[in-house]
Amino acid sequence: MIRGERPGREAPAFEAVGLTRSYQLEGIAVDALRGVDLRIGPGESVAIVGPSGSGKSTLMHLLGCLDRPTSGTLRVNGTDVSTLSDTELAELRNRAVGFVFQSFHLLARTPAIDNVALPLIYRGVPRAERRERARAALESVGLGHRLGHRPSQMSGGEQQRVAIARALVGDPRVVLADEPTGNLDSRNGAEVMAILERLNAERGVAIVLVTHEPEVAARARRQIHVRDGLIELDSGTAGGSEEPGGSRTGGPGGGEGGSRTEAGEAE
Amino acid sequence: MRTAEAFRMALEALRTNRLRSALTMLGVIIGVSAVVVLVAVGTGAKNAVESEIAGLGSNIILVVPGRLGVGALPTQSRLDLSDVAYVRRVVGDPGKVTVSVNSGETVRVGRAEAFVTVVGTDENLPNIFDRPLRRGRYLSETDVDTRRRVAVLGSEVAEKLFGDVDPVGRQATISGARFRVVGVYEAVGATFGVARDQEIHVPVTTAQRLLGVTRINGIAVGASGPDQIEPLQQRVVDALAERYPGERFSAVTQTQLLGTIGTVLGMLTGVLAAIAGISLLVGGVGVSNIMLVSVRERTREIGLRKALGARQRDVLAQFLIEAVLLTTIGGVTGILLGVGGALLIAALSPVPAAITWWSLALAFGVSVAVGVFFGVAPARRAGRLDPVVALRAE
Repeated sequence: MIRGERPGREAPAFEAVGLTRSYQLEGIAVDALRGVDLRIGPGESVAIVGPSGSGKSTLMHLLGCLDRPTSGTLRVNGTDVSTLSDTELAELRNRAVGFVFQSFHLLARTPAIDNVALPLIYRGVPRAERRERARAALESVGLGHRLGHRPSQMSGGEQQRVAIARALVGDPRVVLADEPTGNLDSRNGAEVMAILERLNAERGVAIVLVTHEPEVAARARRQIHVRDGLIELDSGTAGGSEEPGGSRTGGPGGGEGGSRTEAGEAE
Repeated sequence: MRTAEAFRMALEALRTNRLRSALTMLGVIIGVSAVVVLVAVGTGAKNAVESEIAGLGSNIILVVPGRLGVGALPTQSRLDLSDVAYVRRVVGDPGKVTVSVNSGETVRVGRAEAFVTVVGTDENLPNIFDRPLRRGRYLSETDVDTRRRVAVLGSEVAEKLFGDVDPVGRQATISGARFRVVGVYEAVGATFGVARDQEIHVPVTTAQRLLGVTRINGIAVGASGPDQIEPLQQRVVDALAERYPGERFSAVTQTQLLGTIGTVLGMLTGVLAAIAGISLLVGGVGVSNIMLVSVRERTREIGLRKALGARQRDVLAQFLIEAVLLTTIGGVTGILLGVGGALLIAALSPVPAAITWWSLALAFGVSVAVGVFFGVAPARRAGRLDPVVALRAE
């Protein structure tokens, strides 16, 4: 995969300074985030944890460029989002970030391959290339045999793997996963986590998880605890960002080969 | 996003909700097909009347006493044959002036009987009107001068009275007087409800004696060319007004008849099409309504698309194209149904129908415009949705 296509590759995936976000809720200002400083480097594996209402979802939305901060600065891949128009923000979201949602968010009547290809439509990628990349992405999550299946024809674990393929198809630097295992049983949840970890290790894609499950959070190399709109604890800040990915790789040649094997098994 | 993609997405969405899409289109289909049928029938009626008028002959001026117009009462004629001679002098070309005396009479041949319009006229009639002969000859100058009891039959009269037998040289009894048939006309059809194939033409002098009158009903003048019609018309009317001060005479040309009738029928067609257009408008409101429902239903999908990088204009385009596709597919279906309906009406009923390309193009254009007009509001609503809120929607 060509890594050099984007400038600012070595800039941090996310860099937040004094990030706040407040809402008007029936006339009352609610501060969801009250000043967050955060830096997530390329290839990191981070879990954002906290009780509900802590602001972790708001933080997630800001990192994913779905929302804009009330104050403070946020750089995504080195770009200050406050300078971007809505259209530019959508384009940044399309290129820089891949989303995985708790409830999968797949188009129900659309085959897996077209679900996966969706982000590429908004990038103007031609149809043949879209399908080819979507197929490759599905193979990399072990669903090479499910290209034409609709979400309703697949198990929850498979659906979430389709969603992961969709997050990856645009070759983003970061995958933001919002409770990715929340709707799955423990076996499927473990499988989804294993895939995310493998992608992190093999491709150097930074993974940012939002979760309230301690065992899921524990699998990330860095934990950020959010409470009352502030970062309460950041396991990564003390020792700086850990060395990216490679250490957990299953073995040499495991990357591309692994997905090929899975694809092969499928057929 | 490419336009082709937006079209593919929109088609996919319509296909997913087949029944709903079809019902939504129905409003547009009914509106468009009604417009197409009504315009076709209106235009057909207009064409039919125009061709009837044109079929009379070319450059004809009809002179009648009194006022001529829609709803005007027939005036008791005071014109007689001396006035015809006077008009002949005014016109300068006696061969281009003819005359008519009309009366409904019963004709008998053996046991066969028919009620016909007896028209007293002269040898100049074929110089002015298109009345081709099937058999025999026209009335001659001698017939008129010597009050001969000869007759030329309209095609239907000939058929009714003589059947397959050639009527030329045979006898027919009109109001008790025996006439010899000298000719039979070709079928020419009806003009303004006057069944010209049910006429019997006899010399004007013979007709006046038969009916016991000296009056004539009207004078017809043939102009030498289209540019001669108006000056000639004016000259004839002025000359008659001079001869009979204080009385009115009307001269009407085919062009004037065409203009009047064309205007009336055009207005009628317009009013009918406008009424049908209202149903098209109602169809458009239906499209708007269903698109709003669709946007609400698919809020999560919109949120997802935005999260994946869809810009506001991408979402707007998707929903706008969906609305336009609804009305356009409905419009094309309506056009096909309308054309089919018009052809069916023309084939099965005496009502003529003429399909004009401009009306189809207009119907198509209006369908697209209705889709844009009624699709913009729902599409804008979709495009402006906040992705965070939309993703959380139920």
